Amino acid sequence: MKPFAAIIARDVGLALRSGGDWLTLVLFFVMVGIVVPFAVGPDRELLARLSPGIVWIAAFLSSLLGLDRLFRADHEDGTLLLLRAADLPMSLVVLAKLIAHWLLTALPLIAASPLLAVMLAMDMPTLLRAVLSLLLGTPALVALGAVGAAVTVTIRRGGLIAPVLILPLAIPVLIFGVGAVSTGAGPDQSGTALLLLAAISLIALAVSPLAAALAITSGED
Amino acid sequence: MTLRQGFFPLTLTATGLACRRGERVLAQGLDFAVKPGEALLLKGPNGAGKTTLLLTLYGALRPAAGAFAFEGADPDGPPFLHLFGHQSAVKPRLTLAENLAFWLAVNGGGGLDPQAALDAVGLGPLARLDAGYLSAGQTRRLSLARLLVTPRPAWLLDEPTAALDPQGEAMVMRLIAAHLEAGGIAVAATHLPLRLEGARVAELRLGS
Repeated sequence: MKPFAAIIARDVGLALRSGGDWLTLVLFFVMVGIVVPFAVGPDRELLARLSPGIVWIAAFLSSLLGLDRLFRADHEDGTLLLLRAADLPMSLVVLAKLIAHWLLTALPLIAASPLLAVMLAMDMPTLLRAVLSLLLGTPALVALGAVGAAVTVTIRRGGLIAPVLILPLAIPVLIFGVGAVSTGAGPDQSGTALLLLAAISLIALAVSPLAAALAITSGED
Repeated sequence: MTLRQGFFPLTLTATGLACRRGERVLAQGLDFAVKPGEALLLKGPNGAGKTTLLLTLYGALRPAAGAFAFEGADPDGPPFLHLFGHQSAVKPRLTLAENLAFWLAVNGGGGLDPQAALDAVGLGPLARLDAGYLSAGQTRRLSLARLLVTPRPAWLLDEPTAALDPQGEAMVMRLIAAHLEAGGIAVAATHLPLRLEGARVAELRLGS
């Protein structure tokens, strides 16, 4: 357990110490929310109807944008190579880095989502549902992203390849994420969507550390 | 300096080993055995495959042919290999002590404590400095201290004296000698002659 906690603590500590790097993603997330009302006009009803989709698009894109930094720095300075001989399996190394990445990229987004709610004229129940769906959905985005980041880590300047690779896999997260927020016409299915979202997250979290570890250990070859 | 004693006896044997980088086979038909307390020096011109052989033994690359084995190692036990390569794996934003504490937590302890390891590589007074301020040689020394906090029987050293001053070279030699004396094995790619009393040193020529 100690190596696992040490990796999380180091990643979080390094990110906080190097300053605003992790804040750029939150800024991007908030900027989307600020720009949309200007683009579609100040029609509160329309904005409220669009808001679940906008929040999720903003969260989706900003978590894809942050993917590349998941393994890049550790690969470039040789840490990833040495972690192969660490006293824990590579899949747990990946899981630890994944948790740290979620804490640094997804949690600030969720904390900033009330700001978007104000801009997008969301009411309180919708905001709560949005926060809940982001809490349950972003782990899946990070987990799927870890596989993409692991596959592309040996490619120099592979920055945008990982998001493109995992985009098809991440679309269901977007669909059920939005579904869990917006009630729309017909019977309310947001509860079902939320459960499916949680299921996707659990499956992705279980499978992706193994897949990403395999990609990393065979990447040098 | 006595670092530790009593490794489980580990023997590295290779038969007909060939290693490749990408599709290029760099060295082939290698047969060697390294017994406890022995060192194997890899010699050869640049590009002869020294680093590739070390990475193959480390398990990062698959051998192109042949096989090697660390006999005496428990496959389900804790890791028994240390790689000391060109990449220092030092985080510039962490202090020296924090860098070392990370590797101690990740690799497991049992050796010197971080401050003692820093003293051993001559960086003791700088423990609270950010590692980003270190020179190339000092960064190498910090990276070397990682091997001292976690005792492991097999050391794979890639140009261990690169960027080091003469005192640093002597220090590396002393550390390797102490490691072998404790019953460890070492495979090192180095251009320097390794003079060790009592320890047996074999040479392997690559790329001839």
